[in-house]
Amino acid sequence: MPSFKPVLLAVALITGLLLTMLGLLLMGGYPAGSTLLALWNGSVGSWYALTSSTLVRAVPLMLTGCAVAVAFRAGVFNIGAEGQLLAGAAAAAAIALALPLGGLPAMALALAAGTLAGGAWAGIAAVLRARFGVLEVISTIMLNFVALYGVSYLVRGPLQEPTHAYPQTSTIALGLHLPRIAGAGRLHAGLPIAFAILLGCGWIFRHTALGFRLLAVGESPSAAASAGEINVARVTFQAFIWSGMLAGLAGAVEVLGVTFALYESISPGYGYTAIAIALLAGLDPWRVILSAILFAVLEAGAGAMQRDAGVPAALVSVIEALLILAAIGTQAARWHFRRMPANSIADGNEVSG
Amino acid sequence: MSAIIGPFLAATVRTATPLALAALGELLVECAGLINIGLEGAILAGSFGALVGATSGGVLGGYAGSVFGGVLIAMAFAAFVIWFKANQIITGTALTLLSVGATGTLYRALYGSSGASLTLPTSVPYSIPGLSVIPVLGSAFFSQPSITYAVYLLVPLVTWWIRGTHAGLALRAVGEQPEAARVAGVRVTRVRVLAVLAGGVLGGLAGGTLVLAQAGTFAEGMSAGRGFIAIAIVALGRWHPLGVALAALVFGAATALQFAFQAMGWHAPYQLFLVIPYVLTLAGLAGMTGRARSPAALGRAL
Repeated sequence: MPSFKPVLLAVALITGLLLTMLGLLLMGGYPAGSTLLALWNGSVGSWYALTSSTLVRAVPLMLTGCAVAVAFRAGVFNIGAEGQLLAGAAAAAAIALALPLGGLPAMALALAAGTLAGGAWAGIAAVLRARFGVLEVISTIMLNFVALYGVSYLVRGPLQEPTHAYPQTSTIALGLHLPRIAGAGRLHAGLPIAFAILLGCGWIFRHTALGFRLLAVGESPSAAASAGEINVARVTFQAFIWSGMLAGLAGAVEVLGVTFALYESISPGYGYTAIAIALLAGLDPWRVILSAILFAVLEAGAGAMQRDAGVPAALVSVIEALLILAAIGTQAARWHFRRMPANSIADGNEVSG
Repeated sequence: MSAIIGPFLAATVRTATPLALAALGELLVECAGLINIGLEGAILAGSFGALVGATSGGVLGGYAGSVFGGVLIAMAFAAFVIWFKANQIITGTALTLLSVGATGTLYRALYGSSGASLTLPTSVPYSIPGLSVIPVLGSAFFSQPSITYAVYLLVPLVTWWIRGTHAGLALRAVGEQPEAARVAGVRVTRVRVLAVLAGGVLGGLAGGTLVLAQAGTFAEGMSAGRGFIAIAIVALGRWHPLGVALAALVFGAATALQFAFQAMGWHAPYQLFLVIPYVLTLAGLAGMTGRARSPAALGRAL
């Protein structure tokens, strides 16, 4: 586990963030004060913004961030969280639309369907890796495209709403909407679900043999196999599937809790942002909670910044990217980036020629 | 029938041009043993560079600007991955994000929110005398913007360079067995840096093509996943320049088919066609069982 104090790191991070932001704003000749105020107001400045804008956004980011963390920790470079999320969303929507009744069991069924679909989508890449040695970086990129076109087809074909006017499904029945959290606007039961899962994952990483096996395999597959007598192929495969299931759940939660329908642009790239989130969190599920909320704050604030202060929302992506690059730069020599090259891609030795 | 096939083939070649450029760049990077998913960012930076360059320097200035943009991202990738030994996937992801953010911010800062109406000097199609009159194929392959012809030349050039020169051998050695290459006197770090920079040049040119030979303007996020498609193309093309060119045509054809369907007013589920190249790539990768990628196989090919 990290050798530096998490609180210190968080303070350093936020200070660095504010300074970078100030620097960029001054360079661009924007009014720094009113921009930061707009960012604040749009994300955490009011109860409504905090709950309905920031935390609603944080839910899929937490789940996909955790998905990436689980995979990367085990040395599986799953960059297909986006596709797995879409598969989960599609399956959850299909089940939810087919179910005649609402209620808790029906919700659970739809969420389970989404989770399984995400796992199955990751399973394709996992099988390709295990059976044929196909690099998951390449296969998951392709499966992301396939999932996107698949959803595009579904919402114009078999799952399209009855009038055939819009490329989306019908709205799912009210009885299947995830319950809202009382007094918290659009915030839904997905938040406690995500919290519970991330806390659980972090606990598994820290305190169980399973968690140890994941870390060992990610750290050094050969050492894990010879010294730890760990079945590397099996652990890797399982981590891949779990990762997909988490991303699939994110999609299902998004459908049942936020959009209530399936359409192409259901994810504004959550699965890609998740990679950044997991990295900033040092691939630790507990810290993913914080880093997902940080990214949600930035993205919720970005819109307000553009609207109220005239600063391009894209500036937030620059800040996110600089955060990751700074993290890579400062931690390159530290423990957790020594860990990642354990597998083939990062070393670059075994990649295709 | 040729009234449909001609435009379809022309659209295929047009769509394939930037894909082939980017994929040839990624091919060089992957031959050096690296995967740069920051290619998407390099293409976008290239598009923005083309916008800036072309507003003052015309088409040539635009291409120069696009190379500058692509190389900038590639330099950052090289710095982080090769010198800081950072993870490639992470660095690539971050650089793509950086490029999306930086180009979007600069675009709005420099051109305002109404910038979309900007029209730039564009590279008009040039019909090659003699060749362009060949029925159907002529107008498709030989009545294109000059950058397409550059790709035609680049494919055999890269093939020869990789397969037939000492430098190309060094490049592949670095990708296959870096330790052995180092022992044999190859400067591994330098080779990798140069490969990444070459990838940046070609990725940037791909972005420039989108602006200068196709759209005539810049739009935020206009690379639209082409960097990732290029990585698929390299795999479908089995890490061979000629294969890469053909694979780019396959991906181009799938997109062109969509245009054709829309133009004809057919209500076919075109997404199914768009999926085909990706499924082909996955199937190809699975069928290869590592043979076409493993060091031993490439050793035999020599």
